[in-house]
Amino acid sequence: MLESSWPLLSLLIWMPILGGVLILLLGDQQQALGRLIALGVSLATFLFSLLLITGFEAGTAAMQFVELRPWVEALGVNYHLGVDGISMPLVVLTTFSTVLVVIAGWNRIAYRPGLYMACFLIMEGIVVGVFSALDAILFYVFWEAVLVPMFLIIGIWGGQNRIYATIKFFLYTFIGSVLMLVALIYLQFQAGSFGILDMYGLNLPLSVQVWLFIAFLLAFAIKVPMWPVHTWLPDAHVQAPTGGSVILAAIMLKIGGYGFVRFSLPITPGASLELDWLMILLSLVAVVYIGLVAMMQEDMKKLIAYSSIAHMGFVTLGFFIVFQVVVNAGESGALLALGGGMVQMISHGFISAAMFLCVGVLYDRMHTRMISEYGGVTHRMPVFAGLFVLFAMANAGLPGTSGFVGEFMVILAAFQANFWYAFFAGLTLILGAAYTLWMVKRVMYGPVGNEKVGALKDVDGREKLVLGVLAVAVLWLGLYPGPLIEIMEPSLEGLLQHVVAGSGLN
Amino acid sequence: MENLLLIIVLAPLAGAIIAGFFGGTIGRAGAHWVTSLSVALSCLLSFHVLLGLISGDRQPFDGTVYNWMVAGGIQFQVGFLVDRLTAMMMVVVTFVSLMVHIYTIGYMADEEHNWPKDSLAGVNAYQRFFSYIALFTFAMLMLVMSNNFLQLFFAWEAVGLVSYLLIGFWMNRPTAVFANLKAFLVNRVGDFGFLLGIGVVLLFYGSLNYSEVFATAAANPDLTMSIFGGAEWQVATVAGILLFIGAMGKSAQVPLHVWLPDSMEGPTPISALIHAATMVTAGIFMVARMSPIYELSAVALSFILVIGAITALFMGLVGLVQNDIKRVVAYSTLSQLGYMVVALGVSAYAAGVYHLMTHAFFKALLFLGAGSVIIAMHHKQDMREMGGLKKYMPVTYWTMLIGTLALIGFPAFSGYFSKDGIILAVAESQRAGATFAYLCVLAGVFVTALYSFRLLFLVFHGEGRMDRHTREHLHESPLVVTIPLILLAIPSVLIGLVTVMPMVLGDWFGDAIFVSQANDVLAAVAAKYDSAWGLVAHGFVSLPLYLAAAGFLTAWYLYVIRPDLPDQLRQRFALAYTILEKKYWFDELHLNVFAGIGRALGRFFWKVTDVGLIDGLLVNGTARTIGRVAAGLRRVQTGFLFHYAFVMIIGLLVMLTWFVFGAR
Repeated sequence: MLESSWPLLSLLIWMPILGGVLILLLGDQQQALGRLIALGVSLATFLFSLLLITGFEAGTAAMQFVELRPWVEALGVNYHLGVDGISMPLVVLTTFSTVLVVIAGWNRIAYRPGLYMACFLIMEGIVVGVFSALDAILFYVFWEAVLVPMFLIIGIWGGQNRIYATIKFFLYTFIGSVLMLVALIYLQFQAGSFGILDMYGLNLPLSVQVWLFIAFLLAFAIKVPMWPVHTWLPDAHVQAPTGGSVILAAIMLKIGGYGFVRFSLPITPGASLELDWLMILLSLVAVVYIGLVAMMQEDMKKLIAYSSIAHMGFVTLGFFIVFQVVVNAGESGALLALGGGMVQMISHGFISAAMFLCVGVLYDRMHTRMISEYGGVTHRMPVFAGLFVLFAMANAGLPGTSGFVGEFMVILAAFQANFWYAFFAGLTLILGAAYTLWMVKRVMYGPVGNEKVGALKDVDGREKLVLGVLAVAVLWLGLYPGPLIEIMEPSLEGLLQHVVAGSGLN
Repeated sequence: MENLLLIIVLAPLAGAIIAGFFGGTIGRAGAHWVTSLSVALSCLLSFHVLLGLISGDRQPFDGTVYNWMVAGGIQFQVGFLVDRLTAMMMVVVTFVSLMVHIYTIGYMADEEHNWPKDSLAGVNAYQRFFSYIALFTFAMLMLVMSNNFLQLFFAWEAVGLVSYLLIGFWMNRPTAVFANLKAFLVNRVGDFGFLLGIGVVLLFYGSLNYSEVFATAAANPDLTMSIFGGAEWQVATVAGILLFIGAMGKSAQVPLHVWLPDSMEGPTPISALIHAATMVTAGIFMVARMSPIYELSAVALSFILVIGAITALFMGLVGLVQNDIKRVVAYSTLSQLGYMVVALGVSAYAAGVYHLMTHAFFKALLFLGAGSVIIAMHHKQDMREMGGLKKYMPVTYWTMLIGTLALIGFPAFSGYFSKDGIILAVAESQRAGATFAYLCVLAGVFVTALYSFRLLFLVFHGEGRMDRHTREHLHESPLVVTIPLILLAIPSVLIGLVTVMPMVLGDWFGDAIFVSQANDVLAAVAAKYDSAWGLVAHGFVSLPLYLAAAGFLTAWYLYVIRPDLPDQLRQRFALAYTILEKKYWFDELHLNVFAGIGRALGRFFWKVTDVGLIDGLLVNGTARTIGRVAAGLRRVQTGFLFHYAFVMIIGLLVMLTWFVFGAR
């Protein structure tokens, strides 16, 4: 493991949290100052997180920027941080998204803007913690803590039905993670430590692995979310303020996907192999069933929420087809699958953030998310329409945008597992285009729908900046995904070898 | 050489970016100059490359430009393969594109009135249009120049994107934005097959690079795979059919053809460029490019043959009853694409690609001519309101007549050689389905002549049926419109005579197209004819010419001598007429059956499974129970929620900080 000479990861966790607390202490009177602090802190955190990229040693699967201090020595709990090629891009995605959310919410929040900004900063630190924790208890603490700011964001700044949505969100995700805690404690007894990496070395009997796998599955599947535990997401999105939706889609869902690669696959490889059919089935259900549901939505946010679920189906599909791919075609295809799932997570972070921000731009002006109340927006907002169509195309997986890369990799890999996996996954080409572009047609194109649309004003500089940055990110990852793959691949290769060996496949 | 190739593709991209992002600054003239010049540069250099390849100064180029990514040890690259097949396509694409650029200056000159008065999207729309067609040229060049499946798919979708943007260019028109969505979705059905085809290629041939794939395929012709049950399928068959499904979308073959007629909602220049000359021929090019794979599978080729034959005849028949001038030409395009596909199906790839080339010239000419008529008619497109335009628009008339003669295969015109080459090749073929295809393409000759001259007679001959206002303003189109017509008319006449021997009956394409000895029907044809004039002479004693003549005479009799007759025929043969008028109900099939089932399933999954079952029964049921328990506690909590939550966070925070930094 590569030790860090100074605690960069701690900085990335605690700087935004302390920034958030500082804003809270300032109170609601100091709005302007609070906003500036939020912007400054989030920008600084983002810039510091770039050091993770520049200082990252490619070509190794080892944990980097490691920090290890005893925390609760009596229980063997450590304050243990570190990132590898799997988690590092997710950390940077988190810091990147937070800056955008702060800018996007700049003057849009009327009620207690300080608290709003503080929530996002605290959220940022906690999520970075989730992605960089290498101690199971530390991970669990961050994992649960994520709920609190999100709960507040939806509960305070949400829409009409926010109480229902928050309760649903909280119950779902909280119930899911309780079993995970039990699993982690069990693993501590077995491994003698809460170190996640130590748990990788356990060689548990299959029946135990299956129980552990199910415990993890519940926690992670709810976060991703996978069918049939996905129904909290559309409600949460619909009620959440724009920034909340962005963070929910861009980052929170990734925690679930990350859990599968950090816990389920390496700790219970045998059970992953045993139950891969279930995971594949649920993933394909997400792509096809949810794709069809998305198509019929009348509320833009719900549509994008459902499309998120469908896209996250590619993440879980990529992760759990590896066994069959290895059997049929060897490790090269399996790396394609894992890499595809990971790229899909990053890409979905950009695209879903952009889509929700776009809906936010419209909602701020029209105060409705119903597709039928729009029409011909492009005539009033041509710049916005251009950006919206770009993100829609990315959402539909057009080559040249980031949305294509992960799906392409996973579909190619799925083919190596089974023709029919690729067949059903490939339906996203049709469904993704259908639900996204049908919405574009009804919202953006055609004659101006009504007087309210006729009075719309195009995006201002701040909105242009946020969407423009995301447009660059979407295109950059779509045109040149090579560097990202290079960062991730050694870690994925290490993971794959460990999982294949541990599953008893070879 | 690589730098030269980069300039060829990047020049139109640069033009597109400048016209697209800085259209407001450089103005209309700036936009059309920068894009036209960039495409002209591409065109010149493409000619240079082609001539270099012909003279032997240049060797075919196959190289990588950059590594898109390497994942799992598999190279995903952007790279070029430029041999004679590609160079020919590059010249066709850039030349037609250049003509269309120039033509557009005239066609779109007064395009503001297509927009609602206060539409901001209408601002700089002229510049945006030029940006799009230059962008299309870039994407199409990337498609034909690719040396691997990744880039092919990239460009394949990119041309689809530009097509989508251009069909819906006048985005205030509900019909246009319906048509572009339909075009994109139907193409996506094709691309779905295409992507699976790429999956087969990668799995069994282990690479995405053409030359490596072809080598592996040739070395392992008998690989098999199973899809359902125990039945083993030849890999080449599966790959070939799946890739061809992509071609069926892009090249509008039955039953994925439904988008092309509707795409006529776009401005006419793009109908010429994208929906006649270049993009729709991408499927033909792709199959020819993949000939080493297709040659391994007689099954895939028979499939292609039958699909092409059906398209060639039955789409031509629909063209007979269309009244919109552009739709007639669109159905004609469908039918001609069918001819090209038939050629591919009998392993006469060279003949198919050759028809692609001649068709690009004369069909672009016909579309641009139709556009010229539409300008004169103040953007009315119904042929029933036209007539007698010949004397007002001589250049348009004569060039369109040339295009028509080329299309129906009048001896010595370019279309004659290419279409006759296909018919002769089908006659030689022993492939399953070849007899059916032969009948279709022969019957198609009659149909082609009939609808083509019906158009010509209805538009240019007889009495003028337009209103007085339109008649008074009738005049020939400006030079920017007529010059491209003339420049396209020249190759429409001459190119066949000059090039047919080497390109169709010779070995001009060299290694670019692979035909196994047993399948080489063109060699069998070549054995019978030793010169282009020999082919012409043969034309006068063979059936197709007389079928075309019969089509011409029928059209002449029906639309010039007895214009009252078509109506009577329509009533007498009402059933046949309805079938054609309804286009065999393919639209209804797609819209109501396929899309309808999708929508019904979506609604069911949403309302019944998601909301009813999962939420209603499981989630809310649980929540209600908990809610009842919690009801008693609610009073205590009210107002303290935020505090409670923050106490949690801050508590955690203090704990963490204490243990980590305090307990050193």
